[in-house]
Amino acid sequence: MKRPELIARFLIVTGILLAVGAPLFLWARTPLIHARMAEDGGWNPDIIQAQVGKPLHLKITSDDVVHGFAVGQMDMQSVDILPGKVTDITLNFDKPGIYTFYCTRWCGLNHWRMRGTIEVSGSPLDPEPVSPPLYVSLDLDLDAPHEAPLIPADQPSAINGQPLTATNSITLSREDYLTHSPYDVFTELKNTSLTEEQRWDVVAYIWQSNTTSVSFANGKELYAQNCAACHGENGAGDGVFADDLAIAGESSMQSMEGAMDMVMQSPVDFTDPHRMLGASPALLQGKILRGGMGTGMPMWGSIFTEEQIWDLIAYIYSFQFEYQN
Amino acid sequence: MAKIELTRIPFIKNILKSRYPQLAVFIVMLIGYIFAILAGLIGTPVGSHNFSIVFVWIAWWALLILVAVPFFGRGWCAVCPIPLPGEWLQRGAVLSPPDKRPKWLNLRVPKMFRNIWLQNISFLLLALFSSVLLTTPNITGIVLAAMLFAAIGLSTVFERRAFCRYLCPVGGFIGLYSQTAPVELRIKDKQVCVTCEGKPCYNGSSTGYGCPWDIFPGGLTKNTYCGLCMECIRTCPHDNIAVNLRPFSADLAKPSTRMDEAFKAFIMLGSAIIYAGVLLGPWGAFKDAAYNVGSGAWFIYAVVFLAIIFVVLPGLFTLGILNTKNALPLKQRFASLSTALIPLGLMFWVAFSLSFVLTNASYIIAALSDPLGLGWNLFGTANMAWQPMLTSILAPAQTLVLVGGLIWSARTAQKAAGEVKVSPIPVIVYCLLATCLMLWLLL
Ligand code: SF4
Ligand code: SF4
Ligand code: SF4
Repeated sequence: MKRPELIARFLIVTGILLAVGAPLFLWARTPLIHARMAEDGGWNPDIIQAQVGKPLHLKITSDDVVHGFAVGQMDMQSVDILPGKVTDITLNFDKPGIYTFYCTRWCGLNHWRMRGTIEVSGSPLDPEPVSPPLYVSLDLDLDAPHEAPLIPADQPSAINGQPLTATNSITLSREDYLTHSPYDVFTELKNTSLTEEQRWDVVAYIWQSNTTSVSFANGKELYAQNCAACHGENGAGDGVFADDLAIAGESSMQSMEGAMDMVMQSPVDFTDPHRMLGASPALLQGKILRGGMGTGMPMWGSIFTEEQIWDLIAYIYSFQFEYQN
Repeated sequence: MAKIELTRIPFIKNILKSRYPQLAVFIVMLIGYIFAILAGLIGTPVGSHNFSIVFVWIAWWALLILVAVPFFGRGWCAVCPIPLPGEWLQRGAVLSPPDKRPKWLNLRVPKMFRNIWLQNISFLLLALFSSVLLTTPNITGIVLAAMLFAAIGLSTVFERRAFCRYLCPVGGFIGLYSQTAPVELRIKDKQVCVTCEGKPCYNGSSTGYGCPWDIFPGGLTKNTYCGLCMECIRTCPHDNIAVNLRPFSADLAKPSTRMDEAFKAFIMLGSAIIYAGVLLGPWGAFKDAAYNVGSGAWFIYAVVFLAIIFVVLPGLFTLGILNTKNALPLKQRFASLSTALIPLGLMFWVAFSLSFVLTNASYIIAALSDPLGLGWNLFGTANMAWQPMLTSILAPAQTLVLVGGLIWSARTAQKAAGEVKVSPIPVIVYCLLATCLMLWLLL
């Protein structure tokens, strides 16, 4: 073979190898997490390994709509993931365990299924004892009915309740607040000289005084981001996905949980006083931690910190009570 | 205007005669093509950020339809990478002819396929699926790979470039519109060819290959099927091949008589009109139908698409020329007069592509820095925001192009009508109506 022919062939083969090799090499060297709507596969990959004390660098892109990315149990701002753009995120873990990462934008009907896990190995940098959640130590039955037999005629007002609480020197420990439903406290106030309406107002004030404006605002934001899609902006159980959930519900739940005779319920209406005034914060904590509830409700225990859940609960009660602005 | 022989300029002649400059371009093109296939398959599925979509359907398309075809005719085919691997396999060499040729089947393409109907069909298939093709990198990658493999396969079964000549969807319309280009490859002196022994330009010799496009340069009168591969320049022992600069659309003076070519003109004209309506028009329902490939609405869209191209446009055209009675059969008048639609169709495509390309050109710069959408930033331009370009001159430019196309077509209609000795008026009216429709759709 003549030399020029040989050189030409060499150049062509090298060129082709380059054209094939370069993208494959760079592709293999760039681990990229793809976000797609849950219907199209959700996160890919959805299991990520990490180590305590070693920063985890992630590159995330969306293949369809705008998604959000956040990791549960971590103090981090959720990050927007835009279609076709690559977002860089660095995470630091100081405790081993299984963390859940999830989408924080209502990307589609099955938005709440967009979850993945980060498996963090290693030993904790700052060991702290783990205590079981309150509802477990109280041994509450989360599925037992808890309707308040009696409800106020008008929305109880914390503003009216405040002077009444002071003049009647009513006190309630944090512990009592957490373990009692508003209705329980209303009943206990029977021994006072207050009218029924006044007793409800006192309850409203007690509930308000068990939260701070910071934690209330925090709960409000968590609610808007995570709960309002189903439970509605105003808590009435009429979020943008509520109807779709009811329609898609039963079959989707069965395939998800394998529960054959699960009856689909619509998202709970937080404005319903029967339901809400009979529920203690501890009970709500259990429900939120565990999720399920025969609806599309996800398990939030892996995502929210304990503090975040108390903030959320404080906010949810505000659908029952009239608080000061 | 007389012809100017470009190959008289020693620089141009040397570049065309030497195999090395073309080989260098080939290698770059092939690398880009393979890269585009891979980018389509493994890059981001978001079209506007994937090299395959951005470079093939925006950058390449812009160059092809706005520059290469109008000014260089089949100039793109001269550097196109698609047929190369097959051709190299077929020849057993990448440069000059080897001593021994490999034994492939080397069959002749069956007579029934030796026309451009297959190209018409392959173009229509791409056109019907264009909404997914133009937006889904995966599909673009698959189609690019399929063209490459089809070309390789056909090269090993049939002689010469069967893929280019009879199947390539791009080649079909480049061939049609290359007739309007001001560049041509022709012989210099017919007499030399008559006496030339062995006709190495067609049969090949030790200095080069026989025409891969199955053309005898001595009889070449139209640009349509000459792929400007420049082999005949290298093989002709009598230096009888010239590349000329000539007036625009010189080939159209001799109208075609072939139905496959006539219908190609309708296919291209119709597709430009439909695309302008569906992709740039304000009708959401049309767009939805075109984009939801496989749905009921899409099937209706496909039927309407084909009906416009095969029934409405040719039907109205036929009605128009029915009265131009003369001795020639209707079929022949139809084929000849449809020549007038060639400049019109080309200008429709230029006008349509202008808005498409200027709207999306800014993606090119971003995709250059991050071709696979993996978050690289090679040249620091990955985060360039999308921005339509030259929006203020778009409408005037389109109007100019369309009106220019109409005048050009009217002139062509006059000449074609003169050839078949009928009145050009119905054809000119037809072109006028089509141009008004296009103006309305685009502006
Ligand atoms: S006909 Fe098609 S494949 Fe052949 S050279 Fe032209 S564009 Fe390329
Ligand atoms: S080799 Fe040259 S002179 Fe001979 S037929 Fe071909 S073009 Fe004509
Ligand atoms: S060999 Fe000559 S005539 Fe044949 S395609 Fe190439 S340039 Fe055209």
